[in-house]
Amino acid sequence: MASTATHDSAVLHQHDNHGHDHGHHKETFLTKYIFSQDHKMIAKQFLITGVVMAVIAMLLSILFRLQLAWPDKSFPLLETFLGEKWAEGGRIKPDFYLAIVTIHGTMMVFFVLTAGLSGTFSNLLIPLQLGARDMASPFLNMLSYWLFFTACVVMMGSFFVESGPASSGWTVYPPLSALPKAISGSGTGMTLWLISMVAFVASSLIGALNYISTILNMRTKGMDMWKMPLTIWAFFLTAIVGVLSFPVLVSAVVLLIFDRSFGTSFYLSDIVVAGQVLPNQGGSPVLWQHLFWFLGHPEVYIVIMPALGITSEVIATNSRKPIFGYHAMVYSLIGITVLSFIVWGHHMFVTGMNPFLGGVFMITTLIIAVPSAVKTFNYLATIWRGNLRFTPAMLFAIGLVSFFISGGLTGIFLGNAALDINLHDTYFVVAHFHLVMGSAAIFGMLCGVYHWYPKMFGRMMDARLGYLHFWVTFICAYLVFFPMHFMGIDGVPRRYYAFTEFAFMQEWLTVNVFITWAAIISALAQVAFLWNFFYSMFYGKKAEQNPWQSTTLEWTTPVEHLHGNWPGEIPSVYRWPYDYSKPGHDTDFIPQTTPFSETMSSNLPHDFEDNPEAERIQEEWEKQNAKTPKATEEV
Amino acid sequence: MEINSVQVEDRQNFKARKFLMWLFIISSFMMFAALTSGFIVYTEGNVERGIKVLLPKQFMYSTLLILMSSFTMHMAYLSAKKLQFANQKLYIGLTILLALAFFFSQYSAWQSLYESGAYFVNYNASQSFIYVFSGAHLLHIIAGIFMLIYAFIGKIRNIPQVRNIFRMEVTSIFWHFIDILWIYLYVFLLLNQ
Repeated sequence: MASTATHDSAVLHQHDNHGHDHGHHKETFLTKYIFSQDHKMIAKQFLITGVVMAVIAMLLSILFRLQLAWPDKSFPLLETFLGEKWAEGGRIKPDFYLAIVTIHGTMMVFFVLTAGLSGTFSNLLIPLQLGARDMASPFLNMLSYWLFFTACVVMMGSFFVESGPASSGWTVYPPLSALPKAISGSGTGMTLWLISMVAFVASSLIGALNYISTILNMRTKGMDMWKMPLTIWAFFLTAIVGVLSFPVLVSAVVLLIFDRSFGTSFYLSDIVVAGQVLPNQGGSPVLWQHLFWFLGHPEVYIVIMPALGITSEVIATNSRKPIFGYHAMVYSLIGITVLSFIVWGHHMFVTGMNPFLGGVFMITTLIIAVPSAVKTFNYLATIWRGNLRFTPAMLFAIGLVSFFISGGLTGIFLGNAALDINLHDTYFVVAHFHLVMGSAAIFGMLCGVYHWYPKMFGRMMDARLGYLHFWVTFICAYLVFFPMHFMGIDGVPRRYYAFTEFAFMQEWLTVNVFITWAAIISALAQVAFLWNFFYSMFYGKKAEQNPWQSTTLEWTTPVEHLHGNWPGEIPSVYRWPYDYSKPGHDTDFIPQTTPFSETMSSNLPHDFEDNPEAERIQEEWEKQNAKTPKATEEV
Repeated sequence: MEINSVQVEDRQNFKARKFLMWLFIISSFMMFAALTSGFIVYTEGNVERGIKVLLPKQFMYSTLLILMSSFTMHMAYLSAKKLQFANQKLYIGLTILLALAFFFSQYSAWQSLYESGAYFVNYNASQSFIYVFSGAHLLHIIAGIFMLIYAFIGKIRNIPQVRNIFRMEVTSIFWHFIDILWIYLYVFLLLNQ
């Protein structure tokens, strides 16, 4: 790469000037921890904000699970905490129930699994794994975080307005969301939701532009695209999906704002609210669904692809084996990226869509099973006969694979236009996406936290607490979501406030009690994580430079963070990132920075990428050392 | 060595930052692609929908104005490259003036749309879409004007030539984009008239 070759001289300059002495930077508390432009600090800011949002969203889910399990019971404690307005007599009110379902979804999908996951690990790993001093534009990077923070604050703020937060579901379908008078949750809360979302989209877009530009322009010497770790490939393609899909949400939201506040009729037609005929005519609510799901479906890949990238890295490292099918992994990610844009119609099978069109969307949807299955197969083949090290990160990675399989299988049911007539809007859908993109992506995120915690905070997390956290969460996640499949097949609709009014749903009340207990236990398990996370930050065991004996570049940086990442020259890269347990080598990993000239005993013909000179040198060396390496190989 | 490496580092960072502009253009184009697709989905849904009025002739004038501004923008960029800084400032100034003229031309187009009965608040949202397209485009024009002013101020403050060229490059990439974007929108509207 011509552009990357320029690093060395640039590095020298940087080193001479500020590399070894940080005193003269005059870093204040404000520039170091708050308005930081350092990618590692921004990553931590994203992570901690994401964790806080996750805890809030999880508590909301416990609230509505309480309502679903014991719809007739009174919990005086709730009234104490939530007040008479939302929990009169200790029971969640219907309005508030809808609000917390909506905000739980919005926060989890956007704030936790998009910003918390992509934001954290793209910011942390892109410069570190590619060998760059920082992002293409550190200033925009800071702006991205603060827009995200603003979005979080505005969304939380909607809990404190008179009419309550947005309540029309995380997909905010008009006309419900477009008519402030329709329900209390469509009032100020909905306006705040839209403002928050615009800030969030701006944040994601700025972030994504930065990631792509950094990956394409700022790789270190020797780091061509096919030597990039799979994490980077995943972040790269995620960012591309974001750049292409988020602007569409902006368009949709702009039209919705006009409908709400200016009286236009993009989405509205023939509506009567409380006996009053509304003036809006001629709009099409399905237009919103087209625009929303053109973002909405790629969004679920924005959520899962970074998680898949992270697990690829963690599984290979902890199986002490090269990732199985590196190229296939990349191509399947590309396949998912492309397909993600032509499947949005499967969210709209029952909106009166032309059945022929539904058939087309059905086929494209089912094709996604192919790249997904390739990835699953490759994970399993990497684990197969590996030298497994069951670190907490590895367990969470395996957990992701499990959820990805069990949740992915039900996607084949739901992607089928005919079956969808029965299954749409039931708990079957809830079970499907909570396993395949909810639990799986959360496990990917937790896997990343456990794995790169030493890189982020210079200390180790406690492994035993990690095991406790994993097993309880893993088992409880299945106990929560598995029974929902049966409810869905029975036709129990999602988003209902109580299962008491319809006879056929009443028999599911006992199952709801069971699910709620499982949810409460898994929520308690997160306390183990939170304690571990915050306690280890200050009192954890000090980390070594390369605690997992990993090959990638981020572990060549010193444990203490410094601005610019490497104290001296940025290391060059000579080999792909998955040289684990290479036959003939004395250790079971070879860092990317080790040149082939230092590993003559383990080089293979295809390592040289058809460089005849290198092949000749290798052959000569092998002739000279013919006896010894042969002998060791046969042993 | 020292100076050389500073230049190398600057150039590399400029390259990555210029690339950010291209990516922004892609995302911005996606936004308009979504709006125009929305228009198609909406309009095809029912025969009563559609633009159904003649587009105001001011749109034609706007198109001419923005084409001219693209030309002056390019001249400004060339002058900056040839170190003719007086010309550079002159052409940036002209571009800003043309941009303002475009702005007012669009505004008067809205007025004549309003007079012909194609209101923004409308049962036929195909007509509302005209306002949304041109309004979203005008926001880009405003952003472009700020970029032009930023480049102009940079030149007045006599920033180093590499940075001057960088600002001019980024500004002109963006300016040509919003020029092409308007032509796309106008042709799209004409085809659906």
